[in-house]
Amino acid sequence: MPMSRRQRTRTVRGVQYGVLALVVAAMAFGANWGEIRRAFFDLDVAQALFPDIITTALVNTVVYTLLGFGFGLALGLVLALMRLSSVPPYRWLATGYIEFFRGVPALLVFIALGFGVPIAFQVVINQYVTVMLALGLVGAAYMAETIRAGIQAVPKGQVEAARSLGMSQGRAMRSIVIPQAFRIVLPPLTNELILLTKDSSLVYLLGLSLGQYELAKFGRDALNENRSLTPILVAGLCYLIITLPLGHLVRRLEARTAKAR
Amino acid sequence: MTDHKADEAAIRVEGLHKSFGELEVLKGIDVTVRPGEVVCVIGPSGSGKSTLLRCVNLLEEPTAGTVALSGTELTDPDVDIDRVRRRIGMVFQSFNLFPHLSVLDNLTIAQRRVLGRGKDEAERIGRANLRRVGVSEKESAYPAQLSGGQQQRVAIARALSMDPELMLFDEPTSALDPELVGDVLAVMRRLADEGMTMMVVTHEMSFAREVADRVVFMDGGVIVEEGPPSRVIGDPQHQRTRTFLSRVLDPAAADVTEDSAPPGR
Repeated sequence: MPMSRRQRTRTVRGVQYGVLALVVAAMAFGANWGEIRRAFFDLDVAQALFPDIITTALVNTVVYTLLGFGFGLALGLVLALMRLSSVPPYRWLATGYIEFFRGVPALLVFIALGFGVPIAFQVVINQYVTVMLALGLVGAAYMAETIRAGIQAVPKGQVEAARSLGMSQGRAMRSIVIPQAFRIVLPPLTNELILLTKDSSLVYLLGLSLGQYELAKFGRDALNENRSLTPILVAGLCYLIITLPLGHLVRRLEARTAKAR
Repeated sequence: MTDHKADEAAIRVEGLHKSFGELEVLKGIDVTVRPGEVVCVIGPSGSGKSTLLRCVNLLEEPTAGTVALSGTELTDPDVDIDRVRRRIGMVFQSFNLFPHLSVLDNLTIAQRRVLGRGKDEAERIGRANLRRVGVSEKESAYPAQLSGGQQQRVAIARALSMDPELMLFDEPTSALDPELVGDVLAVMRRLADEGMTMMVVTHEMSFAREVADRVVFMDGGVIVEEGPPSRVIGDPQHQRTRTFLSRVLDPAAADVTEDSAPPGR
């Protein structure tokens, strides 16, 4: 006898739950819980991480991220405007930049900047500046595309209204288009901030002194010292302290945007 | 304004052509609007009337021909178009208020950024113009919180706040619910009574008949006829004008046999 649509939906759902339960059970029975607890949940090791993991590592992660984000946002805006420019060389330059930095792993950019630039130009760059440049250069490529999409999402009538009031092209851009574009791209830009928070873990490539450790480096050092994976778990939780509220913020911003339309 | 060899026209359009790629939308337009005059441009959609209006403040770049404003030639490549546009107010079909700014800020931003007026002066002028269009109680609202009719009246107030010499209206009531059209037309009528020079693209025949000094009928990118409303609307000389007017004034009586693909062609 053929099943009704409702019966079929129920059967399929039942099978899905069954498979899920099986996977969970297999992992629960197959895992060595004693080892897992020793490796990941060593309370003594965890306690020894505090307060430095917060006061140094977490703070540094936030500082590096914000430095990179600030620089990346400014550069991204310039690149977005260049991409939309009526001057062809500007467009080519911006497109070339974006394609290059989106296509190259951030890891290589960090190494090139951290070691290549000082050698090439015989200069010593402040560590924080290097971090800001490296994170910002990569982030700018992504943010430029996001901002460009935002600028293009502002209706053409807005520029026409601004121009008909006597505003110049640049003034219309600054006072009318860009403020609206940023409202539109606030959610994707916040996502970009989350991605940068995680990319800041690459800063270790530049060689850091103790006081400059960020979460990932801090966790890995503690891991070597203690022969326990607990620091990695704690460092991971610390990242979540930053990224979960940001993720929540993105959803709220998206809901607000949806309502405004 | 008489220093330019006594050119009395507020707007003088001569030999205006406009093409979008292959498509020629305006095929040689000559039209003059005198100071204080209200000229209504009517015609079927696609006749080029909106394009003509947009060429007057150079939102569209004319392909050929000249546009002059009280003697200043806008189409001169060396003219500072931003300066000239300050003298022309424009009202759009879709209002185009700035959604991120409050009503009052919509009225003050160009005054402050373009004319360099101070905050207090700009707000005083803005409020005066809001009163003029009857939405003064909404000055701290955002455009999205207003009805279409209120938005369009704010848009008119925004243009007026720049003290323009003349106003262009591009189908200002076409996007409005029928019951809101009257408020906007009433504001425009009062503006006309106050002596504002106006060029209005519209489908509101009663407005054209009662308010316009002159009516221009366009079709297919040319001006078919122009004259006082009593003649162009009341007693049109051309068949195209008559056909258009009968369709607009009595849409229910439209005869579609012509459009229904006669067999054997």
